[in-house]
Amino acid sequence: MLARIATFAIDGVDPRQVLVEVHIRAGLPAFAIVGLADTAVRESRDRIHSAILNSKFEFPSRRITANLAPAFLRKVGPGFDAALALAVLAASGQIPRDALAAYAVFGELSLGGELRDSPGALVVAEGARRAGLTKLIVPRERAREAALVEGLEVAGVSTLRAAAEVVLGARPPELPEAPPPAELREPVAEPDLADVRGHALPMLALQIAAAGGHNLLLEGPPGTGKTMLARRLPSILPRMTRAEAIEVTRIHSVAGLHADGLIGSRPFRAPHHTISPSGLVGGGALPRPGEATLAHRGVLFLDELSEFQRSTLDALRQPLEDGSVAIVRGQRALVFPTKFMLIAATNPCPCGFAGIEDRCNCREADIRRHRRKLSGPLLDRMDLLVDVGRPTERELTSGPITSSDSARRRVAQARERQRARLDGTTASCNGEMDARTVRRHVALDEPAEQALTQAYSVGALSARGRHRVLRVARTIADLEGHERVSHQDLLTALGLRQQPDLASAA
Amino acid sequence: MSAACDACVRWTWLLGRMAGHLDHARARIAAVLELDEDELIAALGGERGGDLLRERDSVDPERQRDRCSEVGLQLVCRCDPAYPVRLRDLPAPPRVLHIVGGLDRFLELAVRDPVAIVGSRAASSYGTGVARSLGAALGRAGVTVVSGMAHGIDSAAHVGALDAQAPTIAVLPGPADRPYPASRRGLHRRLAATGAAVSELPPGTPVRRWMFPARNRVIAALAAMTIVVEAGERSGSLVTAGFAQQLARPVGAVPGQITRPQAAGPNALLAAGATVVRGPQDVLDALFGVGVRAAADDDRPELTDELALLLAGLADGHGTSTALVRAGYEPEEGLAALASLELAGYVRREGGGRYAVIP
Repeated sequence: MLARIATFAIDGVDPRQVLVEVHIRAGLPAFAIVGLADTAVRESRDRIHSAILNSKFEFPSRRITANLAPAFLRKVGPGFDAALALAVLAASGQIPRDALAAYAVFGELSLGGELRDSPGALVVAEGARRAGLTKLIVPRERAREAALVEGLEVAGVSTLRAAAEVVLGARPPELPEAPPPAELREPVAEPDLADVRGHALPMLALQIAAAGGHNLLLEGPPGTGKTMLARRLPSILPRMTRAEAIEVTRIHSVAGLHADGLIGSRPFRAPHHTISPSGLVGGGALPRPGEATLAHRGVLFLDELSEFQRSTLDALRQPLEDGSVAIVRGQRALVFPTKFMLIAATNPCPCGFAGIEDRCNCREADIRRHRRKLSGPLLDRMDLLVDVGRPTERELTSGPITSSDSARRRVAQARERQRARLDGTTASCNGEMDARTVRRHVALDEPAEQALTQAYSVGALSARGRHRVLRVARTIADLEGHERVSHQDLLTALGLRQQPDLASAA
Repeated sequence: MSAACDACVRWTWLLGRMAGHLDHARARIAAVLELDEDELIAALGGERGGDLLRERDSVDPERQRDRCSEVGLQLVCRCDPAYPVRLRDLPAPPRVLHIVGGLDRFLELAVRDPVAIVGSRAASSYGTGVARSLGAALGRAGVTVVSGMAHGIDSAAHVGALDAQAPTIAVLPGPADRPYPASRRGLHRRLAATGAAVSELPPGTPVRRWMFPARNRVIAALAAMTIVVEAGERSGSLVTAGFAQQLARPVGAVPGQITRPQAAGPNALLAAGATVVRGPQDVLDALFGVGVRAAADDDRPELTDELALLLAGLADGHGTSTALVRAGYEPEEGLAALASLELAGYVRREGGGRYAVIP
């Protein structure tokens, strides 16, 4: 007899439908799995055998052939166990075959017949819905996550027996105890700007960065609070929409970093500088999302930027440019999304104290080498540079300058203005404007125009730098609610500009 | 077009050929350079003396000249009446000057009251700022700035002059067609376009330690006055100042904080009677007599009281944030104030986002 059931393989962060077919016929007892299955999948024969026996079912003593279709797709991991087991039960007549047609099943089995927690249920649920299936069986721990997909009847079960009973209709699908939150949960205990004392300039830069989606470089001596400031960037970014939250949740679910419901706060990833290129942008024999993808819709923070390997930083070019990264393995290409804000911190020189009277004892050649490590395509994507100094005694004892809540409100208003203006362009915020969009959408008033011309003619700006300053000035004007970029807005943008050509600074 | 004579070209070939030998005598390099060919070979040729004599005899000066023009070098030798007159004061003027940027331009610049601005490579940002603004102001006053294109003070002086659209001369330790240090490629290109880079060494000679004091003597001799901006106690810049004193040319020094190692050199020169250089006017007074020529007026616009207060805070060495707080600025206005100071030419935004005051 032949039985079929649908399940899903996880390809990067996308689902690929896999049809499990089991045929049982007369012959010597045997169990073969075909269809480009890796070791973990072939090992599932023994797991399934034991799990079926321990679930008080009978394991057919005949010749069993299981096929995982399509045959060209490489199947990896133990996520097919439950589907194979149910198909064996159906093919041997222990559960009705027709009932399986509406189901997708996902999960790993233990020898005792329990369904084990398996990462990636949200991706599977999305795949099931897209494939037109109406019912999904997943491990109990993953039920709330899978239930985020609307229009799908999700049953979270903890044993193979329970899964079979769900199919038999003997008892209604167990619903997860807490229903999935309809709306986004309030993020818990994010670091808040209200905890910061002093740092008026960096805080302003953070708000501008958040408002316009500009990448930011923090530069300053050790111990002045660069990391502390960077950690607070997610708290002033606009709240994620439900669609964004689902994108983030599925990535973190696939990576096995998250198991319960929807992720409410924007991710903040701070990889150590020893990270490899594939760790940063994704890769490996079985491509896994890298830090850049885990930071999707959130913030990627690179502390000690000059310590990262050049090849690692160069690998960030495509993700920064395209908002996604394509990883090619064998005949297939996987695409991981990487829309993140980049914030980086660095010391101004190897010892970290350049510019502070007498503290720095680096030689000019050392400083040049240090700066050369930073230069290149990455710096080219940094619109903002701010000097993070040591706060004065008076600043340390005074009150906070602003809270994340009020900063976020300003940011959200500025983003709203940008959305209205940039409607119909490829950019969704000022930081994404290309040269043409800048020309069309950044209007300067008369004094601002003059200041820009002056800055260009005294050599304070390069052609590329001019473009960056205009984008930032537009964001500042959006924060201030100015229709056209004012003189003050432009000067503020000049005060935060990145210096691209360090060579001429002698 | 003038060209170098056979005798000078042959001697210069030998200088390049024996560059390695000369390193053994670098302590007395000024005296060594006074020797003629046979004496050089006898003194420093060692076992290779015979080979060197034979090689020297087979040198074809015409081929040497061709090699120079192939890499874009123009030549003038000391037998030529157009040879810069100040260099003739040296006991051993360079036999041949190899010039990038054009012989005629170099000769014209060399008579325009050149001033040497020299100093240490490990300069403070105060030092490079002073060098840069001195270079610019002297350039605007029609004085040619001469220096050695090294890191730190030297480069800053060249950049200052070039930024003021004034031509400037770099005297290189190695061959003139090769930037030294190599990281100053961009500066070398700018110099070649509007000024000149010169050297007494033929192309292809590797840089040796003796070439630095030898180069310093050329800087001191080419300039009507030598100014030391920042230098340690045992620095090449003090060697340059020493050559200038031997030639009885005026020496100036920029005073510095007594606690800073980079100020030790200029402060020692001042103690020994060097001219105090507080700005371009002091240099012009020393060169042409008090009040004869005035440095171009500070054409920077007047500052408001608030901006002046902010500038003073930055000049006191406070960080950007601290200076803004002390001057009572809110962050937005503060950044705008810094940018207007920059556009007015009072400060410069440096690599790390900090601001350096332009004197």
